[in-house]
Amino acid sequence: MSYQSQIKNVPGKKVKKIMLYTLSTCIWCRKTKALLSELNLEYDFLDMDLLSEEDQEEAYTEMESYNPHLSFPTIVINRGEQVIKGFEEEMIRHLGHKND
Amino acid sequence: MINISKNAVEDLFSSLSSFNSCRGYFLNPDTAFTKSLIESLLINDDRYGYQACPCRLASGERSLDLDIICPCDYRDSDVAEFGACYCGLYVSRQLAQTGEPIKPIPERRPTKQDRLKSSNKKEIAMSEESNSIKYPIWRCEVCGYLCARDEAPDTCPICGVSRDRFAKVNIVTVAAK
Repeated sequence: MSYQSQIKNVPGKKVKKIMLYTLSTCIWCRKTKALLSELNLEYDFLDMDLLSEEDQEEAYTEMESYNPHLSFPTIVINRGEQVIKGFEEEMIRHLGHKND
Repeated sequence: MINISKNAVEDLFSSLSSFNSCRGYFLNPDTAFTKSLIESLLINDDRYGYQACPCRLASGERSLDLDIICPCDYRDSDVAEFGACYCGLYVSRQLAQTGEPIKPIPERRPTKQDRLKSSNKKEIAMSEESNSIKYPIWRCEVCGYLCARDEAPDTCPICGVSRDRFAKVNIVTVAAK
């Protein structure tokens, strides 16, 4: 899939597989990225507004399967085991906990 | 990446501040947060030709994005229910005064499918006794302002959005119970 080459990785502790669907303009997406970095957790992100139209459509379909409202940020944990919609600070902080 | 000058951000910030202060709308009192949103609005203006909500993905086609051009159609409902609009640019009077932190707000915008289904289906029910109406009624989809005249105003006198944000209200007659 073509958009996958546009996914960016931010290194950190590997606790869970964290994938963010974001917008470069969205302040809540920025806060989410900053919090994950503060927690030193590894994550991948895709800034959807910077994709080509074709890639955007493909990524949108994927994102829709996790969050039909297509709201930002959409945080997908372990390929769909958990989906966090929006900057839910407590839930995001909880991702740092290993056993739950 | 699009670069927005500091001056452009300051200009829009001061014009939004003065426009809204006497109209019952309040910008987020966290100025750094607000200016960051304003910068994103200007990026979208440059990218799409209109100030689409920075926290929503715009299609690039104005007619499909009318409801998410800032101020969006959902602002007033979100401010009333949650104390802030979806992106956090506008807050309630209370939050503007206290500076309480705002929480994430669920997306009120219907899904694309639902938006396509419900477009142009606005109705106001009237009783049979008052079924004659001389002028069409126009509703501002942003603030709810109604006016009865041949054309919607160029600019909403209440919230300042442009004419294309008005919807014509269909009058349907229902029998009195």
